[in-house]
Amino acid sequence: MAIDQYLRKRFFPHIWCAGCGHGIVLNNMLRAVDQLQINQNEMVMVSGIGCSSRISGYVDFHSLHTLHGRALAFATGVKMSQPNLTVICPMGDGDALAIGGNHFIHACRRNMDLTAIVMNNRIYGMTGGQFSPLSGTGITATTSPQKTIDREFDIISLSLASGATFVARTTAYHYKEITNYIKEALQHPGFSVVEILSQCPTHFGRRNKQGDATEMLQRYRQNTTSIGSEAKQKNPELIERGIFRQETAPEYCAEYAELINRAQQS
Amino acid sequence: MRQRTEFIQGNETCVRAALYAGLDFFAGYPITPSSEITEHMAAHLPRIGGSFLQMEDEISSLCSIIGASLTGHKVMTATSGPGFSLMQEALGFAVMTEIPCVIADVQRGGPSTGLPTHGSQGDVYQARWGTQGDHAIISLTASNHQDLFAMTVEAFNMAETFRTPVVLLLDEITGHMREPLTLPREGEIPVIERLRTSVPEGVDYHPYLPREDGRLPMSDFGGKHRYNVTGLYHDMWGFPTTDPKVIHGLIHHLMDKIENHAHEITRYREYYLDDAHTVLISYGCSARTALHVVTSRRRRGEKLGLLEIQSLWPFPAELVRAKCEHAHYILVVEMNMGQVVHEVKKAVQDPERVYLANRVDGEFITPTDVRNIMRLVHGRGV
Repeated sequence: MAIDQYLRKRFFPHIWCAGCGHGIVLNNMLRAVDQLQINQNEMVMVSGIGCSSRISGYVDFHSLHTLHGRALAFATGVKMSQPNLTVICPMGDGDALAIGGNHFIHACRRNMDLTAIVMNNRIYGMTGGQFSPLSGTGITATTSPQKTIDREFDIISLSLASGATFVARTTAYHYKEITNYIKEALQHPGFSVVEILSQCPTHFGRRNKQGDATEMLQRYRQNTTSIGSEAKQKNPELIERGIFRQETAPEYCAEYAELINRAQQS
Repeated sequence: MRQRTEFIQGNETCVRAALYAGLDFFAGYPITPSSEITEHMAAHLPRIGGSFLQMEDEISSLCSIIGASLTGHKVMTATSGPGFSLMQEALGFAVMTEIPCVIADVQRGGPSTGLPTHGSQGDVYQARWGTQGDHAIISLTASNHQDLFAMTVEAFNMAETFRTPVVLLLDEITGHMREPLTLPREGEIPVIERLRTSVPEGVDYHPYLPREDGRLPMSDFGGKHRYNVTGLYHDMWGFPTTDPKVIHGLIHHLMDKIENHAHEITRYREYYLDDAHTVLISYGCSARTALHVVTSRRRRGEKLGLLEIQSLWPFPAELVRAKCEHAHYILVVEMNMGQVVHEVKKAVQDPERVYLANRVDGEFITPTDVRNIMRLVHGRGV
């Protein structure tokens, strides 16, 4: 089925720059929803603030465009109050892990059935190209003219350590993996994190001499590899893609339903 | 049938009233002196099948109840000064997106960590102007448990009627004090339910197009209408816009829907005002002291009266002006460096009649404190 049935065409054109990876994420996220045949009336998209967060306006779901860093906090209230809804939270790297870092780790810990998508372009795009906690060292940004000295988070390690029960990573180049991992994440009965490396040619690529969108996508092909591949053993610098964890654990809303039962019986 | 009377804390009174009003979703974070509200919610809500969440901070507490309100629930959070500061951004979001919710702020001494276990009324202006930008807000308060029960139910009713966050300004003194509360019977206090849209499925629903009376019927998230909610200036579909005409319309709507209904929102009590030469104006815990002064002085034939304000915002300026028309002296009794006193000065004619009787050292303001100020005002020395 055509995915444009999930788009609010009235609100196009979108605000993203030419060559931005976020459109690829949107496209393949909608393919995942389409393949799972989820009723649009039962889909809620909750986002924060930033380029990535504007995604919620373009989809024909119940959509909640909230505050910088707070998407998961709002989503927790939506899901807890109406557990039958499928809740998906696209976030940027600064949104999810700088200002929203505390909500992120606690959402991982709680294991509520939410799907968090971190569209990681390693930069604050909407505000003009400041470095983020995912930029890493040696990066030129508008707030690091002498290059960054800040070390980066590893979203996967952070999610695993915080207790997320589904954790995956891919890139905007590997678009089929985006669909597959989001599909898995949406079906997973617990808190899911899907990190998607997404190019920002305007602010990250240009200042760090990474070329245009095509070159940045090529780079994702070259500097990533599947989890545990031979290439990784030969070159430890490669970034691994794949599903890092997929395990069931007590889901928060289900546990709360049990808690209600106990309270009402006693 | 005899009505049930219980000897309970103000904070628990607030919980009982919220449940009476139909609350079924609460999220909070521990903070003195409001923690009892969160604790009692944790005990009561599962029994009625409602949701209780202890979140990671006050920010996420308010964010999560806003999310739950969107799916059609009556929601509340409770906090105190520092937590209320953290909530200001999300409070503004609820104002902009017109999502009903109730925030109880049990005031303690500030600024900063201040005096966690002592009373204060220092958050009156924070309730009004804590979040950035022009906006209107409703804030209610009460001085005793019976009124606190009623005002809490009113807070939920007004949140639904005006599609707005309502700030319930309690204080450490009334919050922690125990006194008898006669539990109202079902139906004794009206409970207003959410106005939902009658637009059928498949017909274009405009979530942000006010009706002629200014009200906006809602549609629950998860229901038949899918729409966008954003803290950006938005059009009638809820989609972001920078169109000056739409922005002009929205900011005026957000102000007018509350300010133009100030007379409907105004709540107060009055004692001996008809012939009062000296009018005391007070609210919350301080009104208990003011009432004591007024009743004891009346016994001695002194013409004192009390106007107890229960709706602090929108400030009932017309009421204050009318009630103070014939007063020689107006004394505002409050536990801060002077907040409501400024509103009273703005409201009345001849503002030089207005004086402040306050106490800000963490101790409850006493009748003696008020009498000493009154002697000075009357030119008799202390």
